[in-house]
Amino acid sequence: MTLQFKPNETFRSDFAYGKSDADLLRFPFPFPEDAYMYSVNIEPHVRGGPTAAFAHVFDIDEHYVAECRERALVLAEDPKRCQVLPHMEMAEWDTLELIMESLAADYPDHFSLTKAGDLWTWVNRPLGIQQSFTFGEAHTLPYGPFEYITRQAQGDFTLQDQRDDNLYVDGGMVTTQADWSLEFNIGMTFHEWHGPVPLAHEKGVFDRALKYLLRLQYGRPVRRLNWTITINPRLDTSPENYPVWGPDRTTVTSENVGEKVHLRVELQTLFRLPRSNAILFGIRCYLASVADLARVPKWRRRLHRVLRDLHPEIQAYKGLPRYRQMVLDHLAPFDDGAPTSPGIQSDLDAL
Amino acid sequence: MIADGPIPLRVHDIESLSPSLKRFSLTALHGGELPTAAPGAHIMLTLRGPDRVMKNAYSLVSPAACRDRYQIIVRHVAQSRGGSAFLHQGIRPGDVIEAAPPVNLFPLSQSARKHLLIGGGIGITPLLSYLPLLKARGARFELHQISSAEDVGVFERLLAPFAPGQEIRIHGGGRGAFDLAGILSRQPLGTHLYVCGPRPLMDAAASTAAALGWPPGKVHKESFGEAAGGLPFKAILARRGIEIDVGETQTLLEAIEATGIAAPCLCRGGACGECRLPVIEGEVEHRDDFLSAEEKAAQSAVMTCVSRARSARLVIDF
Repeated sequence: MTLQFKPNETFRSDFAYGKSDADLLRFPFPFPEDAYMYSVNIEPHVRGGPTAAFAHVFDIDEHYVAECRERALVLAEDPKRCQVLPHMEMAEWDTLELIMESLAADYPDHFSLTKAGDLWTWVNRPLGIQQSFTFGEAHTLPYGPFEYITRQAQGDFTLQDQRDDNLYVDGGMVTTQADWSLEFNIGMTFHEWHGPVPLAHEKGVFDRALKYLLRLQYGRPVRRLNWTITINPRLDTSPENYPVWGPDRTTVTSENVGEKVHLRVELQTLFRLPRSNAILFGIRCYLASVADLARVPKWRRRLHRVLRDLHPEIQAYKGLPRYRQMVLDHLAPFDDGAPTSPGIQSDLDAL
Repeated sequence: MIADGPIPLRVHDIESLSPSLKRFSLTALHGGELPTAAPGAHIMLTLRGPDRVMKNAYSLVSPAACRDRYQIIVRHVAQSRGGSAFLHQGIRPGDVIEAAPPVNLFPLSQSARKHLLIGGGIGITPLLSYLPLLKARGARFELHQISSAEDVGVFERLLAPFAPGQEIRIHGGGRGAFDLAGILSRQPLGTHLYVCGPRPLMDAAASTAAALGWPPGKVHKESFGEAAGGLPFKAILARRGIEIDVGETQTLLEAIEATGIAAPCLCRGGACGECRLPVIEGEVEHRDDFLSAEEKAAQSAVMTCVSRARSARLVIDF
């Protein structure tokens, strides 16, 4: 499969970002029904799913090159967006092996990996990289192994060490985040770093999710979708940069709401890593504007209904109240009340 | 890595280590690299004997860096009618065996200041997979292998490559002469204990460590996991008027799916609640984390992805 990349896209200042028709139809729309509430919505990460975004171990799309450049910009401004605690060194190599082998197998036109014993050669054609190195010897790479490979991957990643029947977030590459901070959370337990989420603790969601993840097996990754709303197609909505993006919320008007307001979806994947027994958590971010989503009849009806009936605490947690009514007013004329099919697929072959 | 079903392996080499121990080297049938197997990992082999199919788990003794073969060491137990007898007597080089992808329930701690390894008999096998990594990382460790007198020689040969300059001891007097409490009581803070061997040895190590004040998270016993299956039973889908046989190694959900009926499910691990079905009759052995204690006691629902029937029949409102 050969992808047509859009290397000149930006996720800041002029926001030169757009979706091709195919890219919109592969969007992992996060609502399987017309209402939303927290649940343990985890399923096996098998190859294939309701849209093309689920077809590979790690999804690469037309925004790949531009997203890697955006990551480099964030890291240049704030190197602490990538941190790994010293005891996670094996997990770093596990991550490099998993991502390189997966990309080379799934996208042979774009990536290749050749091995002569411990001497590996990695070729990343979209980014113009060819790198020979010795597996297990960090000094043979320009960055630590985790930073090296996650600079060449879309989406954020964290590393969880498993000990004392808990998961500790002991490393990460976090530049495309929905308002949480690795610098603040590093070293936290599973319940600590999910602390701010409303309603779900009381429902036992995190107790059950933790038990499930402690049993996660190598070779049997799992996935879930999470979502929020972001103003402008901005990847870096970090607490560190709140002064940069927070004011965006005040810029939404009834005229620009369709283009400004974006549904932000995270395709989250969890992999047990072999040598370290750590868990790699991938948080792959997708953005689609309300105007784009309104091109898909099922999705525009459902988005209207979900946002209309959303629990007030979840609205507040996701930062919606200031502009929610404008989104509803924009979407309401598109919602004819017709029933929608179960599941997240678009029900369209083409736009 | 997403595992795509069982891995077919070819028996490449069988090496006799002692009258009762053989080392099997297994390579990928179709070539290429095997999934990375970490220190402490095991594989579940499907052994097709003359009259029955056995599923046996064996610790891997090959290091993680070794992607071209998996190695196991199997002891032939005199009275065995099961897997060890079959592997010793019924398997020849060139034969094909299926394995499930490696699973690791006995991993090395990444933050231990020192690793204390205790093996009893054939329980040496996962410890052998640790040693190359511990040596390569320059980690501090101490190994005690408890042995019968006749096995001392073979354990010495297996440990010899790792022995120079290391605290590795073989205790040929068996369990009786082994000072478990003495060894556990003189370890520095931050030591992790790994013990593999007969159940009484592992239990004694865990209880001795607890009595000496070791934190539970620093004591690791070898495990192949809880049995996923159980006794076979009949599931009756009342609304459809269908009777289904649920086999020993099959979940209720898998048995329903095998008939072509799409049953509700999501996580397939007893956490999400999606597969819950109402129970009309029969007793459920609950294995999920979703139902509350009250709901479990009421016996009115079953999570089909992990739970089974304790009774011979389970009637479900589905």
